[in-house]
Amino acid sequence: MAHRPTDVPAVDGSAEERAQPAAVLRRRDFLTAIGVAAAGYLAGCSDEVREAFFRNHFLELSPQEVEARLRRLRDTYGARYGKNVDMSAVAARPGVVFGYALDLSRCVGCRRCVYACVRENNQSRDPQIQWIRVLEMEKDKGIDFAEANPYYDPERVPEEHHFYLPVACQQCRQPQCTMVCPVQATWQEPDGIVAIDYDWCIGCRCCMAACPYGARHFNWGDPHVPADEINPDMHVLGNRPRLRGVVEKCTFCVQRVRDGRYPACVEICPVGARKFGNLMDPEGEISLILEQKRVFVLKAELNTQPKFYYFYGT
Amino acid sequence: MGPVEFVGTALRFMLRGGKAYWLWVAVLVVLIGWGGWAYIDQLREGLIVTHMRDQVSWAFYIGNFTFLVGVAAAAVVLVIPAYVYNWKPIKEVAILGEILAISAIVMCLLFVVADMGHPERFWHLIPGIGRMNFPQALLAWDVLVLNLYLVLNVTIVTHILYRGLQGRPYNAQLVVPLILFSIPAAVGIHTVTAFIYAGLAGRPFWNASILAPRFLCSAFCSGPAIMLILFQILQRTTKIAIKDEAIWKIAELMAYAMFLNLFLLGAEVFKEYYSATEHLVHLQYLFSGFRGHRALVPYAWAFVACGVIAFLLFLFPRTRRNIVTLNIGCLLIYASVYIEKGMGLVIPAFTPDTLGEVYEYVPTLHELRIGAAIFATGFLVFTLLCKVAIPILTGEFTTRRAGATRLAPGVHPA
Repeated sequence: MAHRPTDVPAVDGSAEERAQPAAVLRRRDFLTAIGVAAAGYLAGCSDEVREAFFRNHFLELSPQEVEARLRRLRDTYGARYGKNVDMSAVAARPGVVFGYALDLSRCVGCRRCVYACVRENNQSRDPQIQWIRVLEMEKDKGIDFAEANPYYDPERVPEEHHFYLPVACQQCRQPQCTMVCPVQATWQEPDGIVAIDYDWCIGCRCCMAACPYGARHFNWGDPHVPADEINPDMHVLGNRPRLRGVVEKCTFCVQRVRDGRYPACVEICPVGARKFGNLMDPEGEISLILEQKRVFVLKAELNTQPKFYYFYGT
Repeated sequence: MGPVEFVGTALRFMLRGGKAYWLWVAVLVVLIGWGGWAYIDQLREGLIVTHMRDQVSWAFYIGNFTFLVGVAAAAVVLVIPAYVYNWKPIKEVAILGEILAISAIVMCLLFVVADMGHPERFWHLIPGIGRMNFPQALLAWDVLVLNLYLVLNVTIVTHILYRGLQGRPYNAQLVVPLILFSIPAAVGIHTVTAFIYAGLAGRPFWNASILAPRFLCSAFCSGPAIMLILFQILQRTTKIAIKDEAIWKIAELMAYAMFLNLFLLGAEVFKEYYSATEHLVHLQYLFSGFRGHRALVPYAWAFVACGVIAFLLFLFPRTRRNIVTLNIGCLLIYASVYIEKGMGLVIPAFTPDTLGEVYEYVPTLHELRIGAAIFATGFLVFTLLCKVAIPILTGEFTTRRAGATRLAPGVHPA
């Protein structure tokens, strides 16, 4: 790689944080103090509840602690769903920044991506959570959110005089959501994926107020996924089953893409409207699209600088 | 008198009262229990017991929070004339403003906790222990300034009461700087709260530089309105004497604030409607409905009407000095700001949502019950603190020591 474009997100502070034993010590002291104060209450709780309360921020865990967390999640979900769970914490690869492009002239609004995403990413079926929202728009009005209809339900798509605009997390280079999070529970990974630590999120929903794309979803109630529908191939920052009271969103299928695979929505799209790849690879398909097609981003005036591009292929 | 004795004496004051007092406390406790029960449901089932959803992700709780930050900030309306201009009639009752500020901040913090998906993770917010996103996140700032303002007011009030019980004047070198510092702190809490909203580029209803000034103006209307009503209740139920001049002066200050409040609202309405960009939809939803959804329209016109009538009542010295019209004005402006800075501020920003969808929010009984419990807690805090403060203010319970001069704690021992 000759040079890194200026918009590549900075490497997260995890290594730096780990090099600060003082802060960690202070935290331990405090937690001990809380532990003593709350001993009466916590003594009556199970080990699991105690462990959950004292859990640290993901970026501050040592490799051993990450391993321990993965093991615990594997056991918990394995027992809950009766499946062999593969829980990974694979980190971003150097030299990779993921980008996405969606061909609006191809999309027919079939919503297969929505449901492939739900299955792949273990989104709650009841209450329903969907990371992708397909908006039906009128051709003569162009992209106009005020006129969009997310609940279109005809016999057949595409409907005459209409086109379709699927929206999920735009993986902004300048994400509003990470900026407003009061506890840094959400951040941009080195490969550009905006991730959430479900074990750290306090559920204040500032990020949802900040996101201009409606990409963030809250677990208002207990999420529910039937055991036979669970996808056991999980990433700790991605599609592992969520808990009530935390925010979730599209991660570009972090469990797949860091493994060299396409996101589920790209794979399922029957018309090939969805393109995905490494923005840093000059020969990659995403770079070719940026070079050969004229692309645009949603709400460019907000300067969020999405890595999710739209274009008209024909 | 040591700290233990002080707490003991304070508790004894709180436990002394007639039938009406105990009835009032009982009503508050019942409300707290009723709402607390709803909160247990919310803890058990999640925020799904509310009507908030992804489209309208903040609503009743955060609306009340915002309104109450304004009430807390409004304590400066008493502090400025009392301590900056040394205006004695208000100085005598300034401590009541600080007690109101404490009560309001307690309610604010409770509303934030009620809105959290994981309240037990509060420690993630504590600087140095959790992982506070400072200085980037405005909510982190808000947590800091709100707690600072709370500590500040608790310190001032506790010190004045402590010294008052001992029959000694308060330590002016400690209290006066703290009180003066509470003025910028009060402006700070409301400004930071406004910035939480104003900083969000994706929410055009909030993303306006006029928002923080509007917050301050409406706070200086609603906060003093509550104070004026509370003063009159206290005047009737306790031995405290509050001079008419104090009430009139506060009412006069409120008239200025009300004018600015209406003026800034008008400026914003003009800009939105005249330029009529795509951002107008939120204001339209508020004032005339959007795609047939009109839940907020009656409330919107109610807050405008209340605000205008209250301003007229406060504008003319004759009506603002007449106890009946003064109280009507107070109730009207309180209602006006409660609608406008509460749900009227939060809901339209989310309706339609960022992708154009309209989800019409109406609070559930659970939300209303939890809200009632939080207000009852605030009133209880106010009641109990007044129960200690007022006998000291009036000198009824001062321990008389030989040679000690009895001083109303608000009075500077000049």
